[in-house]
Amino acid sequence: MAHGHKSDEKIVYVGDSRIRKTGGDKPVPPDYTSFPGKSEAFIPNFLLKEWMAGVVILVGFLVLTIAEPAPLGYPADPLNGSFIPMPDWYFLFIYQLLKYPYASEDYIVLGTIGIPGLAFGALLLAPFLDTGKERRFYRRPIASSMMIVSLVASIYLTWVSWHHYTGELEKNGVIPEHIERELKSEEQIAAGKGRFVYGKEEVVALVKADDPAFSIMKEAQCIACHGAELEGSNAPSLRGIGDTLSKEELVETITNGKADGAMPSFKDDLTAEQIDQIATWLSEQKAAAAEE
Amino acid sequence: MFKSMYNWIDERLDVTPMWRDIADHEVPEHVNPAHHFSAFVYCFGGLTFFITVIQILSGMFLTMYYVPDITNAYYSVDYLQHQVAFGVIVRGMHHWGASLVIVMMFLHTLRVFFTGSYKAPREMNWVVGMLIFFVMLGLGFTGYLLPWDNKAYFATKVGMEIAASVPWIGSYIKELLAGGTIVGAQTLTRFFAIHVFFLPGVLLTLLAAHFFMIRKQGISGPL
Repeated sequence: MAHGHKSDEKIVYVGDSRIRKTGGDKPVPPDYTSFPGKSEAFIPNFLLKEWMAGVVILVGFLVLTIAEPAPLGYPADPLNGSFIPMPDWYFLFIYQLLKYPYASEDYIVLGTIGIPGLAFGALLLAPFLDTGKERRFYRRPIASSMMIVSLVASIYLTWVSWHHYTGELEKNGVIPEHIERELKSEEQIAAGKGRFVYGKEEVVALVKADDPAFSIMKEAQCIACHGAELEGSNAPSLRGIGDTLSKEELVETITNGKADGAMPSFKDDLTAEQIDQIATWLSEQKAAAAEE
Repeated sequence: MFKSMYNWIDERLDVTPMWRDIADHEVPEHVNPAHHFSAFVYCFGGLTFFITVIQILSGMFLTMYYVPDITNAYYSVDYLQHQVAFGVIVRGMHHWGASLVIVMMFLHTLRVFFTGSYKAPREMNWVVGMLIFFVMLGLGFTGYLLPWDNKAYFATKVGMEIAASVPWIGSYIKELLAGGTIVGAQTLTRFFAIHVFFLPGVLLTLLAAHFFMIRKQGISGPL
């Protein structure tokens, strides 16, 4: 056995690497007795104080969590051409930077590698760039001012990006999907139909599918956007459209278009009579009628 | 009883010195908000770790329901948000916690910067801290795709295009991340693996190094 001459000890360590060599100039954690003032033990005294700060944050965090459920839009559809891409807020500064002419297109390398590389490289290597002994920020004007300028720039870029995004939503009349989804769910629950789950909704059947109006719609390429069976694709589903739009509104929509031309005007492609025929047929597309 | 259990273990493993290293050290007055209220700025590092622990725990519970494949990912998130008891809270904590951890880390970084705490002998700890920052951003980027809704999909697509614009190696980075030429099924499983295994592994290693260096060097002195 590896026990030495003191083998009456219960446990004898051999080659104990835990014994520290004292002396020498290895760094030893300071005990802060050299600082004036009242220091205290990390556990439990100080940790309890830190926990109080933690509790304040935790309560705010839980209130936010309960007040604002995590957003969820509609399932990813790679063919959706109209979706406005939006990264999480902490990437917006770089997202916005890449929209400027000197950081995109021919200069994209400057935008992706040049400016962020310089900024984050400087941040990463800050201790080796700012090597003076002085620690107070107002005695380090170069380092501090560079940090403040980058901060202001990042906040500005983030703000502009968000401003553009909300502007675009407004311009295109888009309600963000996670909000629309909640609204639809509320509506359906109020109507006693159960929660709305995209792609799992019950599809309303077509009423009078052999109506000649449907073939006019096929020829007029309505189905290119609204789906071959009007079940919706790039444009909304027209199944059960009679529940939400009246015949007059349908005539108006087909004749003059809607949503800034996303739904084009058909007044040159179809005769007024054809439009009337289609609108009449669509206004008969009601969920209640489809169940019969 | 606990005392004798502790002694039994201590006799065999000699844990007292380890406990001393972790817990039994003095915290100086200038970082203690009970003595100087303004010292709350020194809490941001601890709070970042606190939120990180919440992220790890909530994430562990999310993986009990989450399915990383393109037909089921969205519906599994929808299910855990609406059908699973407290699912909306757990997902909410993970979602908002991701933002909160960035905020806290950002404030912590600013505190260290403006108090000049990164100066000698703490340069290495600053570098490790910045690496933690980048890992956190990576976790944010990969986690954003996982619900597989349109917002997730198109943001990732834009991210891939940005990665592809890096000179020479851009297309390789893109293909490595996407697991192919498009953002699709491979991308989702790959991002899931990166988000759940690779980056947390790196993160924990870096955190261990960060804390080890703090203990070894102590908190920087008062200004």
